[in-house]
Amino acid sequence: MSLVFAIFTPVIAALLIPLLYKRVSAIHTGWFVLLIPVALVSLYATYIPPIIDGTTYKDELPWIPSLGLSFISYLDGLSLLFSLLITGIGALVVLYSIFYLDKKKEKLGNFYVYLLLFMSAMLGVVQSDHLISLYFFWELTSISSFLLIGYWYTKDRSRFGALKSMMITVFGGLMMLGGFVILGILGDTYSIRELIAQAPDLVDHKFFVWALVLVLLGAFTKSAQFPFYIWLPDAMEAPTPVSAYLHSATMVKAGLYLVARFTPIFALSEVWVWLVTGIGILTLLWGSFFAVKQTDLKAILAFSTVSQLGLIMSLLGIGSIAYHVTGDLVTTFTFATFAAIFHLMNHATFKGSLFMIAGIVDHETGTRDIRKLGGLMSLMPISFTIALIGSLSMAGVPPFNGFLSKEMFLDAVLNLKNFDLHALDSWWILFPIIAWIASVFTFVYSLYFVFHTFRGKHKPEQLPKAAHEAPVGMLLSPGILASLVVIIFFVPNFFGNTFIKPAVAAIQPLAYQVPADVGFTIKAWHGFDSLAMYMTLGVFLVGYLLFKTIPKWSPIYKTFPTKLSLNGMYDGLMRLGDSGANRFSSIYMTGSIRSYFVYMFTAIIVLLGGTMWIKDAFVISYENLAPIRFFEILISIILIVGTITILVTKSRLTAIIALGAVGYTVALFYILFKAPDLALTQLVIETVSVALFLGAFYHLPQMNKHEKGKEDRGFRLGNFLIALGVGVMVTLIAISSHSQKLIPSISEYYKETVYSEAGGGNIVNVILVDYRGFDTLFEISVLTIASLGIIGMITLRLAKKKGDRKVENK
Amino acid sequence: MKTNDLIIQTTTKVVFYIIFLFSIHIFFAGHYTPGGGFVGGLLMSSAIVLLLLAFDLKTVQAMLPVNYTVVTAIGLLIALATASGSIFFNVPFFTHAFDYYNLPLLGKTSIHTAMFFDTGVYLVVVGVTMTIIQMIGGDE
Amino acid sequence: MEILMSILIGFLFMAAIYLILSRSLLRIIIGTGLLSHGTHLLLITMGGLGGKNAPVLSEGVTDYVDPLPQALILTAIVISFGVTAFSLVLAYRTYKELGTDNMSLMKGTEDND
Repeated sequence: MSLVFAIFTPVIAALLIPLLYKRVSAIHTGWFVLLIPVALVSLYATYIPPIIDGTTYKDELPWIPSLGLSFISYLDGLSLLFSLLITGIGALVVLYSIFYLDKKKEKLGNFYVYLLLFMSAMLGVVQSDHLISLYFFWELTSISSFLLIGYWYTKDRSRFGALKSMMITVFGGLMMLGGFVILGILGDTYSIRELIAQAPDLVDHKFFVWALVLVLLGAFTKSAQFPFYIWLPDAMEAPTPVSAYLHSATMVKAGLYLVARFTPIFALSEVWVWLVTGIGILTLLWGSFFAVKQTDLKAILAFSTVSQLGLIMSLLGIGSIAYHVTGDLVTTFTFATFAAIFHLMNHATFKGSLFMIAGIVDHETGTRDIRKLGGLMSLMPISFTIALIGSLSMAGVPPFNGFLSKEMFLDAVLNLKNFDLHALDSWWILFPIIAWIASVFTFVYSLYFVFHTFRGKHKPEQLPKAAHEAPVGMLLSPGILASLVVIIFFVPNFFGNTFIKPAVAAIQPLAYQVPADVGFTIKAWHGFDSLAMYMTLGVFLVGYLLFKTIPKWSPIYKTFPTKLSLNGMYDGLMRLGDSGANRFSSIYMTGSIRSYFVYMFTAIIVLLGGTMWIKDAFVISYENLAPIRFFEILISIILIVGTITILVTKSRLTAIIALGAVGYTVALFYILFKAPDLALTQLVIETVSVALFLGAFYHLPQMNKHEKGKEDRGFRLGNFLIALGVGVMVTLIAISSHSQKLIPSISEYYKETVYSEAGGGNIVNVILVDYRGFDTLFEISVLTIASLGIIGMITLRLAKKKGDRKVENK
Repeated sequence: MKTNDLIIQTTTKVVFYIIFLFSIHIFFAGHYTPGGGFVGGLLMSSAIVLLLLAFDLKTVQAMLPVNYTVVTAIGLLIALATASGSIFFNVPFFTHAFDYYNLPLLGKTSIHTAMFFDTGVYLVVVGVTMTIIQMIGGDE
Repeated sequence: MEILMSILIGFLFMAAIYLILSRSLLRIIIGTGLLSHGTHLLLITMGGLGGKNAPVLSEGVTDYVDPLPQALILTAIVISFGVTAFSLVLAYRTYKELGTDNMSLMKGTEDND
């Protein structure tokens, strides 16, 4: 099966979902949906062996060939790992959702359509080689995330969270597009492959850093890095399967993917190294610190996700130092990249299971408020076991996979001491310290999450529902993930060789041509001389003490002012944008149609007149003029008299008849100017128009002149001046356009071919129905729309409310 | 409003058919001499408007029980179908074709796909004009 | 003749725009009618008025007037009929609903639109 087709499979399948949902109500729609990720994960699994050998796959589908735009699916180690995560976790999440979402109460059709849309978009992001199609899929993930967060759209919080995530990630997406365009211009290609090959030439360009910062903005907003993380906690309003899938396992990792994918290009710049590492480690600390403050189970997990994403981000940053060093250090720093990808995989397993457990707790007790929960261990023993495994892995305790990658992280941070550039030789020590503090808080919130939910005193009177263990089907997915957490700990190198090495080879192509060259092994035991091990022991000790004393020190959170918080700033910015836009547009959007006419006509005078003046475009030529005949003068006089009658008359009947007279004189002009078709049409249409006006006559208002009297003199004068200006302008244009024939008329072609090509004799009619048939087709469509509008206006009466819509006549 | 104008009613009965036939003539002549779907359609509508002026709305509706919205729709469909018909012959949208045939009674006649398109235009113009006039005239 | 026509067209535009800028609904509609007449005449003037023969093929004739403006105008005439009819109905429905034809009183406000 073609790879590009595989990307679009979910969204194509999504077309069937509403139908299945409507017609097959006996079976939960999720069972049908489940087939898709299962099929895709098996498809991608077949690519594992060749990719380990260093093969890459490429598949192309033209999209807009004239712009060189195509969907290019490029599958290497990194893309494959992400594709497997997306489809694998996707399958588990769909399975979980079957039990989580009630088939009778929920709009499953919508839910699964959005979910499949997201799946396609995410696969597109990680496989696109073309920057613009990458951007396209990127925004599609934002949109599907918006739809999924707002799934329970009747809740205010859902809509608020959906909008917030959309505002922030789309802002980042647009920045990223800017970066892509700069890259595309610098490298004269939009293919990531080709850009990587050119990277050494691009790095010195003065716009290179701009591209770098803009692309990073996209990555940071998507991966919820400081200070853009604020959308992620609000995104927790989504149904829990969505939180587990989009907001912990896949979509928020798109930013990490982007950073990894662009490392071979941007890592050549030192700005990249410091930005990615610095922001990452700051996010790690910030997220872990504030996670302990949260009282909502999912909010704890959201902040924990923010912090873990920061961890992976900083590891990727440290890994990119490999581009700045030589010798053995290349291996040392590349190991950080290895650790990043490893932790990314581990995080998907333990965080996925934790989210699902949070969902189960919510589902079975009716609340996620950790202050009301407690003592669930005996009631929900299986959930407790899974939660314990996930939490301890997150805390970095053996024998779970989190311990391995946390150890590798501490190692990598300590290795920064070997990279002494730009007088930072003493500053590096900050990184291990921050990392250590963050690890302590990670330990604290992990214990807080599991023990405050499952241990302590059971408070059944505070729970909306009587707690009991979840059905087996619901425990299946988190159970699978939790067992992976344990399995990875015991056979880490199997996963390392199969998934991580090919991905690292893709991120560090300069050092490793094929995955087989990457020689890393993962060890649980580093020996007594390993500083990281002592740091971990310290984390356990201090972390446990802090956990026991949470009530004593938690008041420090109250010292942070809410108004100055990032959320407060976001809200303020949104309010400012709203009121500012409102105030700005109400300056010129007066609601009076006359104002708009004045703008338009003034623009005609100023723009056309100005252009004519500057370009010296006015030409008058007395050659080629048609002779003036007696009839023409006569008709002109009739026309002028008719028009003046309309202007001065006070009776609407006179005005209508005068308008008809003007129409008939125009028809006479057509006869004189050899336009028989026009003359015929004009005559008939004028007749019908007058009939129309007379038909509506009894309903029409009197010809009130609302601008009588002295006070309106200025008003009338202004109108007159504008009208005079436009009139003069049109006259000048008409004279100039006749006086200079710069381009021969295309009518010559029509005249020559009308008989041979179109088989007709009346050129005007042939133009209408043949040469320019499109115009005519649209014209009759417009006519139809107008008639439908009239039917609508007349037959559908507005419900009249007495009094409030009547406006007093002046 | 009931009108009782014998002269105009009698004349209308005759003139209506003359205008009607003229509109058909001008429609078919359109490809070679002045005329075509627009003028033809408008003439047809003006004939009906004349009827409306002479008789009242109800009488005319009884005489010509036509739903003009449907006429509009049919016209638009014919036009669109003619335009898209060319797709099936693997030529671009809106490519017209014509040929000459010897028909009984009429002799050598050219048949254009453009004429079918023009029929659509004719029907839309009649439909739209009459819808508007009926709507306005019939509104209380 | 072209110059005379140009001035005439300018006059039509001026009258039309003066009517459109006024406050009365009916005057605005009549103004748009005049405006379309002016535009049609402008189009045909741009194509030149000196042609000897109508653009209908006949034996031995080569100098036809420019058919393209005529085709454009034909489209425009019918469209402007539709627009006039539409705005006419819009006007009288508005008049019926709001009880005024004074545009300056119809201005929407913040809380009532």
